[in-house]
Amino acid sequence: MALATRKKRGPFNPSAIIVNGTLLLLVLAWVIPTIGLLISSFRPRFDIQTSGWWTVFPHREYVPVETIPLPEGDRTGVMEIRGASATFEQFRQGITSPDGQYKIVWKGNRRLGTIEIQEQVWTWGSAWTLENYEQVLQGKTFEIKRPDGTVEVVPGDDLVNAFINSLVVTIPSTVIPILIAAFAAYGFAWMRFPGRRVFFIMVVALLVVPLQIALVPILTDYVRLNLNGTFLGVWLAHTGFGLSLATYLLYSYISQLPREVLESAFIDGASHFTIFTRLILPLSVPALASFAIFQFLWVWNDYLVALIFIGSKPDVQVLTMRIADMVGSRGNDWHLLTAGAFVSMVLPLIVFFSLQRYFVRGLLSGSVKG
Amino acid sequence: MEKQADAQILAPIGEGPKRPGPGEWLVTNILRILLALIVPIGTFIVLYAGFVFLRDANAPKIVVAVIAIVWGVGGVALLYTVSNWLVEHFNSQWRARILPFVFVGPALAILFWYLAFPTVRTFWASLFDASGAQFVGLQNYVEVFTNRNMFTAFRNNLMWILFGASICVISGLLVAVLADRTRWETAAKIMIFMPMAISMVGASIIFNMIYAVSPDIGLLNAIYTGITGNQPIAWKAAAEIQPWNNLFLIFVMIWLQTGYAMVLFSAAIKGIPGEILEAARVDGANELTVFFQIMLPSIRGTIITVSTTVVIFTLKIFDVVWVMTGGQFNTQVIATQFYREYFTAANAGLGSAIAIVLLILVIPVMIYNIRGFNERQAF
Amino acid sequence: MKRYLILTCLIAAVAILAACGGQASTPTAAPAQPTAVPAQPTAVPAQPTAAPAQPTAAPSTGDTTAGASAEAARAAGLTALADAYDGKLKGQVVTITGTQTDEDAVKFNKNFEDFEKATGIDVQYEGSKEFEGAITARFAAGDVADIVDFPQPGLLANFVKQGKIINAADLVPMDWLEKNYNQSWLDMATMPAPNGDIQAGVWHRNSAKSLVWYPKKAFDAAGYKVPTTWDELMALQDQIAADGDTPWCIGIESGAATGWPATDWTEDMMLRTTSPENYDKWVRGELKFDSPEVRKAIQTFADIWDNDQMVYGGRAKIVSTFFGDAPAPMFEDPPKCWLHRQANFITSFFPQGKKFGEDYDFFYLPGIDPQYGKPVLVAGDIMAATNDKPATEAVMQYMSTGEGVKWWLGAGGALGPQNDVQLDWYGDPVERKVAEILKDATVVRFDASDLMPGAVGAGSFWKGMTDLFSGSADLDTVVKEIDASWPASQ
Repeated sequence: MALATRKKRGPFNPSAIIVNGTLLLLVLAWVIPTIGLLISSFRPRFDIQTSGWWTVFPHREYVPVETIPLPEGDRTGVMEIRGASATFEQFRQGITSPDGQYKIVWKGNRRLGTIEIQEQVWTWGSAWTLENYEQVLQGKTFEIKRPDGTVEVVPGDDLVNAFINSLVVTIPSTVIPILIAAFAAYGFAWMRFPGRRVFFIMVVALLVVPLQIALVPILTDYVRLNLNGTFLGVWLAHTGFGLSLATYLLYSYISQLPREVLESAFIDGASHFTIFTRLILPLSVPALASFAIFQFLWVWNDYLVALIFIGSKPDVQVLTMRIADMVGSRGNDWHLLTAGAFVSMVLPLIVFFSLQRYFVRGLLSGSVKG
Repeated sequence: MEKQADAQILAPIGEGPKRPGPGEWLVTNILRILLALIVPIGTFIVLYAGFVFLRDANAPKIVVAVIAIVWGVGGVALLYTVSNWLVEHFNSQWRARILPFVFVGPALAILFWYLAFPTVRTFWASLFDASGAQFVGLQNYVEVFTNRNMFTAFRNNLMWILFGASICVISGLLVAVLADRTRWETAAKIMIFMPMAISMVGASIIFNMIYAVSPDIGLLNAIYTGITGNQPIAWKAAAEIQPWNNLFLIFVMIWLQTGYAMVLFSAAIKGIPGEILEAARVDGANELTVFFQIMLPSIRGTIITVSTTVVIFTLKIFDVVWVMTGGQFNTQVIATQFYREYFTAANAGLGSAIAIVLLILVIPVMIYNIRGFNERQAF
Repeated sequence: MKRYLILTCLIAAVAILAACGGQASTPTAAPAQPTAVPAQPTAVPAQPTAAPAQPTAAPSTGDTTAGASAEAARAAGLTALADAYDGKLKGQVVTITGTQTDEDAVKFNKNFEDFEKATGIDVQYEGSKEFEGAITARFAAGDVADIVDFPQPGLLANFVKQGKIINAADLVPMDWLEKNYNQSWLDMATMPAPNGDIQAGVWHRNSAKSLVWYPKKAFDAAGYKVPTTWDELMALQDQIAADGDTPWCIGIESGAATGWPATDWTEDMMLRTTSPENYDKWVRGELKFDSPEVRKAIQTFADIWDNDQMVYGGRAKIVSTFFGDAPAPMFEDPPKCWLHRQANFITSFFPQGKKFGEDYDFFYLPGIDPQYGKPVLVAGDIMAATNDKPATEAVMQYMSTGEGVKWWLGAGGALGPQNDVQLDWYGDPVERKVAEILKDATVVRFDASDLMPGAVGAGSFWKGMTDLFSGSADLDTVVKEIDASWPASQ
């Protein structure tokens, strides 16, 4: 209703500065790691492995301007080079020349090195590449040597298939538990039945159960039901593993809805089912949306459950597997994970963004009156 | 709406407004019973056909996907509608007894299948030796509580809860409250939320680069050596900073999970009727008073919920530790010890005992949650 | 548990590829007599002797190569394989699961392409990370691939003990295995099952670990010489240090597997400071970590690792450097470190564009005590069958022949432990050179941590090493804790 607009106006006051300032600091602290990853994802492999991502910003750096031979004679003690006196170890670290203009650096070892005179200049990273993204999106191409010496080029798979698989796994795995949990949450919150307390304790207790202990029994059941390797099996598994949290979260929201709302509906003769579908579900949209976001994310980023229940064959592989596999059997291409992380992040962020609009003020007060 | 109409047409037996003749009564009731059988059977057939199709389908993936989504989501909705429709046929006394189980039953069934039974089996396995052949009583539990590595794991989990869970909840609340009062709320929230969307492997890359020993690559050491001039530190590993190296892993979790607390708090804050806040401000209450006197009490339930879940997440924290250190450098936690014993060492007995200990540790949280539950008045 | 791997013999002067040199032709001409093997314990389905009498019963598939392969297989006693080449198993599917992903998975599939074409058997490979947890769950649930590729025999031993693995000697005639594998490989595959010891699988690929890599160009320019003895290596390391550089690049960080490179060093030192018999006892848990032998082995390399003059970045960096990033400073100009001990697969981590023989090269990590000969530490992938379908049998037999890995050797990325593998099959000069080193070896031993029970080999051993070198525990504590973690024997 009218109250949603409160925060958008108002004079510029000190408290607004504090609020915005604190938030800005927090947000900065949170995005710096992500920015680091984003920048890295556009850098060539060698750069990622040898220099920090922040070197892409303009900064002062020493670059060699002159190379001179090593000093003659004994190189074990203190030597003088261009007016600076230091030991070999110190020169290796770099010594600033007496006039402060240069840095003198010993490159290489004691016998065969050279002396570099370095000057500080402004510089920034200029080596940008899209190669990481290309490899992640289009797949790597493998050059494989044949016995006869020719090279066979084997194109890798692109991401499309894995992306679709991930969607097929994720959407039902998100919606089904929400529906089931919402019913259960309403039951726990507003219905009287024997065993209510015990079952609720169970729901809370099961929050802590690590899903790893369930893998073997569930897979055994699946083998019997012929459910292993099917998408259905994965949805049910994700539903099962996410259900205690879903029930708990939705219970906490639904139970806090004002009692009067339900009372008046009962007086009007509505049944539980009607109240639930017509009243509670619409009122619980923020809670449903929040859980939908989480469950979507967790399923989207899941690796283990998908691996156990549908496996890792290329035709059923989900996105996380595809990206994890890309680094190679021993992790030699880990730099691709930089781009991979962003590629796999896009959809969850879209989901967050689109569900964000359900977090609106006044939902409840509006419905109570309406 | 139609469902409502249905329910009225097929009004509960014996509750009709006027009493029909015996023959008519018989016919309508037989029809009703038939209908009451046909509808669920029909539903079952539809659902089962979908199930079989999805299980054995060779159709193009997109088609399967669409059918899957329709079947999965529609099927669940259908199941509830039909069972409700069925229950509506009973008299009010039976309806009141059965209806709650229509609501909570499916959830309970699934929870039993997927988590509760495996937990019971795990408990059973925890009383046996490594191969599961010999009953050893509580010996595995003795091992859990006397092993030095387990002791470290307990200590670390305590650190995770003390520092990780609390900071996570507080910073989530802070962001939610602050963002609510700014004009760039969505932007701020998406920035805080973003880490949640990054997969664990992505996060491990980020933080391995931040914590790298070489100041050329490691941001933290670049800053540290730049400011102090000291030698760089292996933040994840160095013996000199143990056990505080755990904090660097805990920070990863805080970074990842604050978005979770923020989203829930944000939803709760939006639920506080604006009039109340406005009225307080008009009365001259300053922002801190509004926050402590009005906001916090209003979202008390959410605070309990968020704290409960975040404490439980941190209690069973696994993947952050696993990908960052594998539990080395004395950063092991209960869940990584469980995994190592259960899968790597193939010691089902000890592994199971560790998992059960997790369950024991969560008892205080359960008690706290059930307290509010008892006071509830249901219908 | 204790006696599940009997690494008995390993006679000096018997190398993995001993047979290669003399044997110039493909298995087609393999000495065709599994004749009169009196002690043959296994029931081979059909008599292999009938080879000449069978003029390929399947003209439909019988292109000449398949026919020739069938005959060769039959001559070697590999009946199922011969049947497969005759097209009798056409259309059957054999699934294999393992840890290879990405490029290695492509190679895995390619390696079987010729076989699939010739036999009509569809070999489907599925690789994943998280292999350990997944395979444990799949075995427990009874939903496992036909053949499982285990890089860690210790893990395989768990399933053998549970009776879930088919005796490979029932699938591949034992006399063929004895002919085509060095006895040491067969010993390493011998594991206790519920009804006595079995051959748990056939070895398909292997790698060698006792190699030291160096930046050849800079190395030569600096006037350093490749050491052939331990003393020369020590002199070289001192010379590099005296020149003001740190000789060694070392990193043992590896996520959840952090610590494993340190176990490799321990094993290499064990082989160089004590007898192979002691090494075998150590693997079985009969020789404690807290013994003079093991302590000495650890101390030998700890003396290098603990010396900040010797390790790039000092000891602090060892535990927190990703093992794959460790050799990178070797390729800087000038190199920041000069020596890196690692298995042959490390080349995939080297910077792109660096060439073997120009930019880098490797030498054999020399022995320390001449009485223990020239030991080489190896690792490898063992293929274990979970059922005895004819097609599974055929694939197992195929993998026990050099032909079954030939394509891979040509493409690079693997060595073949089979005796009928020819040196000139190797397409990658690195691997050819490694194979030569293996040929010269007097003692070959498998990576001990992969053989030990998981609780030690992938648990306390890793942890002990990281604790030791991160400085959070001393050697005394470490060896005692590893000993304590050894699972109780039954």
